[in-house]
This record gives sequence, structure tokens and C-alpha cells, in this order.
Amino acid sequence: MNVLEEGDGELVGWEHPDEIRRWNREERSRAFDDKRVSATEAVERYVDDGDLIASGGFGHVRISTPILHEIVRQGISDLTLSGKTTVFDADLLIAAGAVSRVEAAYCFAHETRGLAPAGRRKVENGEVEVVAEASNAMLQWRFLAGKMGVPFVPARILSGTDTFEKSSAKVVEDPWSGDPIALVPACHPDVAVIHATKADKYGNAVIDGISVEDPELAGAAKRVILTAEEIVDSDELRARPKEIEIPYFLVDAVVEAPYGSHPGEMPYQYYFDEAHLEEWMELTETEEGVEEYLERYVTGTEDFEEYLEAVGGPDRLAELEAIENYDRPDEGGPNGGDRV
Amino acid sequence: MSDDYTPTELLTTVAASLIEDESTVIVGTGMPMLAAMLAQKTHAPDATMIYEAGGIGPDAPELPISVGDERTFHHGIQAAGMHDVMSHMQAGFVDYGFLGAAQIDQYGNLNSTVIGDWEQPTVRFPGSGGANDIGSLAHETIVAMRQDESSFVEELDFRTTPGYLEGPGSRADAGLPRETGPSYVITQYGVYGFDEESREMKLEFLHPGIEEDTVNEHSSFEIDVGEYERSPEPTDEQLRLLREEIDPRGIIR
Repeated sequence: MNVLEEGDGELVGWEHPDEIRRWNREERSRAFDDKRVSATEAVERYVDDGDLIASGGFGHVRISTPILHEIVRQGISDLTLSGKTTVFDADLLIAAGAVSRVEAAYCFAHETRGLAPAGRRKVENGEVEVVAEASNAMLQWRFLAGKMGVPFVPARILSGTDTFEKSSAKVVEDPWSGDPIALVPACHPDVAVIHATKADKYGNAVIDGISVEDPELAGAAKRVILTAEEIVDSDELRARPKEIEIPYFLVDAVVEAPYGSHPGEMPYQYYFDEAHLEEWMELTETEEGVEEYLERYVTGTEDFEEYLEAVGGPDRLAELEAIENYDRPDEGGPNGGDRV
Repeated sequence: MSDDYTPTELLTTVAASLIEDESTVIVGTGMPMLAAMLAQKTHAPDATMIYEAGGIGPDAPELPISVGDERTFHHGIQAAGMHDVMSHMQAGFVDYGFLGAAQIDQYGNLNSTVIGDWEQPTVRFPGSGGANDIGSLAHETIVAMRQDESSFVEELDFRTTPGYLEGPGSRADAGLPRETGPSYVITQYGVYGFDEESREMKLEFLHPGIEEDTVNEHSSFEIDVGEYERSPEPTDEQLRLLREEIDPRGIIR
């Protein structure tokens, strides 16, 4: 195949498909083991300094906050982040100094809430390096190639832009049409952190609502830490096997984490905690503010249960559940203010 | 006809008018979403909204805040995934894609990545997100952004998303799907299209009360001001729909 152009972004997370086959045969158990552990144990076992990490969900939606917190508590550093519309998840890890490198599809901002003070500051002052650009489809198809066990997939995107120039993609001559086409390389993160609606103790997982790119990511990553709102009996999941998005043999650790996506949304269950996100945005304007936030909510709390108390406990969580289900209080609702 | 409307309401009604019935539209949060919903409630009841994270055809009683939240698939046609949506778009099932940007050039190429040098940026923006994908794959791209001399530039600091690249024929030369590219650019002054021959930006509609000279006074490249029309003002019915049904909380106004 004739290579026409090559992006000069760093190729992160690519391995020969046979290496991945060997890894998946030798290092990934097929046993129906009870994989339930605490967030602390999951991070101790499966997240190391220098890893390439990818976080599931979509920015503020269905994120795995207990694992992010534990990464910060354990002082993990020098992570490379797969920035696939990472928003609060990326910002927290970047602000806390856990991440030093990013492959960026969408980072350093909070969608309509505005640009991320901490993420931007760290990139603009050079503490965090963007090693490659990507687009959302590029990163998601990198994971698809990884899940498929092939070295790349072709895609009709990127070509003709600086996003391509700074990416790890190549443009080749399509052997059928003769036209130029981009190839995006497989990506195998060292660890993926995914929050599901329900899972059993083996790691079979159901995601209510959009799956985003989590089934692809789970299939591509070398380790998967799965958190779930609820751990249920396998028979409950087996009654509706079509709903299982992630099968157990892709999963290394299972952590029960009710309200685990806070301050993000969990579709059908609880809404964004806009007040908390606003506090985050304000505090992260300065490094002192970042320290204050971490002390108040992360390093200064023992675990996620204590964090949930610190953010307002059952009363606040009940409000967020009501808002998610369109039962919005008259004042103070997230759509009620003058934001945006 | 009403003379009491906000600039955003005007942009919304103008954007809505560009969406045909029986079409599919990829939207982000903000004004484009309002425009698509307004189109649905007026001339385009069979327009289907799609969100890049996987939501297809939502029918939610309130607006989404994120491109991935429950409001993007509530009472929807499908809660799918990004692979599904991007694949449908690549296979030609998406008619319109709405994009914003920090900079645009005369060929409609967009920058949403950095101001300044890529390695040592003065300002770091989020990056492509789905913009490169939408700009590459949707049949038509509609851009909505603020216009001034620093955003309408001859040379982008970074080409995040393809417009007509270097001009006629260059999208096909790059291997992007044929007969795609930006159709309209909506700003606070008017609506621009692209010349069929040169693929350079030209004025199509000037907003009410805006002087013709304003267009080029607020652009670093020359915009062709030939024949154009005036953008229609929002009707009372459009304003009622926006204020009472679509966005009663006034999130985007």
C-alpha cells in the first residue's frame, strides 16, 4: 500500500496485534472469579505511573469518579491521557498533576460551561504536553481497531488538515478506489476506567442509554477497571443478554460505586451537580484553589462515601435524582441560572 | 413581524430556515440545537437530530447541557454509540452538521485547537472533538460563529477542520467524500455562502439594520459582496415557540 502522507503526532498505545493476542491469552483470565474489590485496591493493582489511561463515558456523563479520586490519592503520576471528549475527568487528573501527556480529541474545556482553567493553564505553561491531536471519530475508531485486533482501520476523516499533521494517522492510496484515505492506528490503553449502570461480580456490564465508545474501549484496553452503580446477581443480567455491553472476560476489577459519576450525570438516575462543577471551575482558577478543592473533596476524604457526604450527602443526591427525572425544583436548578 | 428580539434569536431563526424537512442534522449544544428544534416545530417536522455521542432522534422536555446527556436520547429513536453515529455519517446518512470555531478562513476551513504556535500555544482550545469528523463527512456543514478581524483570518493558526481546503477540487484530492463542505456561515452580521467556482466566501444574507460595509470592515480577508438578500426578521410565532416551548428557561437567549 502506497503511503501518501504521515502525521507526525506521537503514536501512543499501538502494539503489534500478535502481542495483544498473546497478552489477552496469557494475562486476561477467563475464570468466573469474583472480581469485586475496593477502588483503592483496583488502582493499586491496575494503575501504574506512566500508564496510558482512558476514561469511559462522555466528559461529564457516566464517569468513574471514585477511581479518578483514588488515582489522585495514591499520587499516581506521569500518566498519558487518551483525551476522548474528556472533560471533568481529564481536568481533575490534570489539575492534580497525575497527567503529563495527552492525545487530544477534546480536552481542556467543559462543553457549554466554558474552557477549563486548570487544564488550559497546564498546557499553556508546558506542564502538560499535547503529544498528538485526534478527532472524536479517530480516537473511537482507534479503539475499534484495538477491539477488532487489527493494526488500523480506514476512515474518510482528517485528511487535508493540521489535525492530521499532528496526529498519528497516515494517508494511503486505497487499493480499490485509488483515492487517498486515512488509516487510524489501533490504540490499546494500559488501563480503561469505565462506569456502568449495572454489573455482576464477574464484570458483565450493562450501560443504560448511549454506550458512547465504551464497548470499543473495553475491548481494546489491556486492563479494564469497571465501576457500577449497582452490583446485581448474574441471573438478572443473563435474563436480558442483549443488554450486556461488556462481557466479563474484558474486565479485571469490579467496584461497586453508587453515585459514582458525581459530579457528572448518570443517565436516568441523577443529573449533573452544577453547583459543584461551578465550584470546581472557580477554585481551579488558581493552583491554591486546586489544592483547596483536593483537600476538601479528594485527599482530605478517606473514600468515595466520605466524598458523597462532603458534597451534600443524601439530600443533595436526592435533588439530583429528581432533576434527572424532570422533577426540577423551582429555584436553583441547573437550567435556572444565568449561566451559558 | 417583531422588532423585539435578541441577536441569538435572530441567528436561531436564520439557522432554522437552512434546515430542510426530512433531513438529518448533527447538532451540538447551544444555538444550533435550538435552530433544529425550531425547524422541527415549523417547516421541518421530519428533521431528525443526531448527537455525536450516540443519541438519535430525542424528544426531550428540556434542553441538553452536554452532547452526551440523557436529554440527547430521551424518548428517542435510538440510544446508540459514537461508532454508530460516525459510521452513519461516513456512509452518507447525515445531511447537515453544525459547527462553531475560533477562526475561519476564506475557504471555510476552521480552527478550534490553538491560538499561536501549536507547541507553545498562547491559548489552548479543546481541539477537534467531533468537528473534523463532521466537517469531513456531513453532506453540508453550517458554521455559526462571531465575526471580527481576528476570527475571519487569511491564515488560520491551526486548521482543525476542513472547509474547501485550498479551493476548488482540493477536498476530493485529499480523499474527503465528494460533494461535501461548508454551505453557510452565520455571524452577527449576516449569512455567507461559498462561490461555486472559487469556493471563496461571499455574502448571501445581510441581517436587518446591518450596513453592507460592515461585512468587510470586520474581516481580514475580502468577502465578495455582490447580490444578496436581507435576512428575514424572526416572526412572532417563531419567537413564541423559542421562548415558551423550546427554551422557556432562557438558557440560550
